[in-house]
Amino acid sequence: MKVEQISVFLENKAGRLAEVTKVLGEAGVNIRALSLADTTDFGILRLIVDHYDKAREVLKQHGFTVGKTEVVAIEVPDRPGGLAWVLQILSESNINVEYMYAFVQHSGKNAVIIFRFDNLERAIELLHQQGVRIYRGEEVYRL
Amino acid sequence: MIFNEDFETLPREALEAIQLRRLQALVERVYNLVPFYRRKYDEVGLKPGDVKSLKDLQRLPFTVKQDLRDNYPFGMFAVPMEQVVRIHASSGTTGKPTVVGYTQRDIKTWAELIARTLSAAGVQRGDIVHNAYGYGLFTGGLGFHYGIEHLGASVIPVSGGNTKRQIMLLQDFGPTVITCTPSFSLHLYDVAKDMGVDFRALKLKVGICGAEPWSEAMRQEIEKKLNIDALDVYGLSEIMGPGVSIECLEAKNGLHIFEDHFLPEIIDPNTLEPLPYGETGELVITTLTKEAFPVIRYRTRDISTLHPEPCKCGRTLVRMGRIQGRSDDMLIIRGVNVFPSQIEAVLMEIQGVEPHYQIVVDRAGQMDTLEVKVEVDEATFSDEVRQLQVLEKKIEHNIKDYLGVSAKVRLVEPRSIPRSEGKAQRVIDKRQI
Repeated sequence: MKVEQISVFLENKAGRLAEVTKVLGEAGVNIRALSLADTTDFGILRLIVDHYDKAREVLKQHGFTVGKTEVVAIEVPDRPGGLAWVLQILSESNINVEYMYAFVQHSGKNAVIIFRFDNLERAIELLHQQGVRIYRGEEVYRL
Repeated sequence: MIFNEDFETLPREALEAIQLRRLQALVERVYNLVPFYRRKYDEVGLKPGDVKSLKDLQRLPFTVKQDLRDNYPFGMFAVPMEQVVRIHASSGTTGKPTVVGYTQRDIKTWAELIARTLSAAGVQRGDIVHNAYGYGLFTGGLGFHYGIEHLGASVIPVSGGNTKRQIMLLQDFGPTVITCTPSFSLHLYDVAKDMGVDFRALKLKVGICGAEPWSEAMRQEIEKKLNIDALDVYGLSEIMGPGVSIECLEAKNGLHIFEDHFLPEIIDPNTLEPLPYGETGELVITTLTKEAFPVIRYRTRDISTLHPEPCKCGRTLVRMGRIQGRSDDMLIIRGVNVFPSQIEAVLMEIQGVEPHYQIVVDRAGQMDTLEVKVEVDEATFSDEVRQLQVLEKKIEHNIKDYLGVSAKVRLVEPRSIPRSEGKAQRVIDKRQI
């Protein structure tokens, strides 16, 4: 039920993001979803890619600091209140969202959103009970 | 003005006779009382009686900062603790400071030398001195304090920090003299300007500035902005503190070393051979009268020159040139001694931080800034911004805690700090001084 996310440390200077995408592109790795969190000094690029191991290997070869985090890909109804419904389930059980970002592509009529929770196992369990669709890793990488 | 005509205007021959007598007594004393010196002299087969002329000084081994650390805290004291009335300390490379002690008589001597220093700057009874050197373990604040009282002038023991309040006191108390680091004097100017306070309206006439290297250009700037005469003062805690030497108001051309108490030499820092007058090298000082903490041939690591020509102020004391730099990697940041190895120790201590770092020193406005770039590796990396910011804050906090100086920590990508032959360039000093 968990998805492997690769994160990359980037200094806030011109060309760093371009370098990451170039390295991945040359290795034939396709980016499925991404988000960039930044401060004045540095940024953290979070990526879901089609080939995690390959991406990690080439980024490390090029001297980037990379990390691995487990996240959850959730299907959210693409209508007003869709996201609110999912978040409500979580907040009622005091589960915190560390961060989240959306997939560009849709899966049918629904949106796919990547979540990072402080309590991953519990979140998955809860969402499952409420009938929220959670994607498996392989599904996400192929989306 | 000369505070002690008898000793400050001695003919060279008479001065050297006093120096020799004091040196002989000193060597005799440390040989008998300080195991460190006895061991060193025994190693080279030297007996106290071997010092027959000032030239024999060159046969004595040097003392370096590491010797002080090895004997931490009181191992180099030459008197029993019941005779020590004061302890000061300066920062060291391993978190342990360098500790020095003073007897009652040392404190008196120090006060006299500060009184001489103040007199050379034209300060006299009736003057009010705004003493903005830090009070505490640092020798600057208390060193000046007792000397100002000894001279009979008034002291405002304001210490460092709280700049706006200092401006208020400068306006309200009307001090005529300020003692502080050169960078702080310009910082005061900037803050005063923001507050709409004009330094020309103050009563200040002279500044006695030291504890960090500065330049002739900076003197001009201070003198112009603060509307005062700015004089360079030199000292270091291992020798005594401030008051080792001072520029005179009359010439502003080199700092007179109080040679009846301190015996200076200039050596080549590589060959360790003494250099003749006028040549540039490392300043080495022997304390001639210190009781609690005498040092023989202490390598200051400060680069300077010595000039024996008589000065128009009437003093016959040798003059040292402005400090031109350091013969080691020590940085002086806002008056605080900082060694790159100290920063390294802090980084090592924080679990997971591999010390690939770079220190960038600059001067923003008038204040020194210290930035530490730290490379992020997989062990320290987190995909949460907050975690990385916590890491930055923790390093900043520990540097402040151990070194006593504020730093800005910046996380950078691995291998982004330039390495030459595999070794990173640890320090970039951008200050123009």
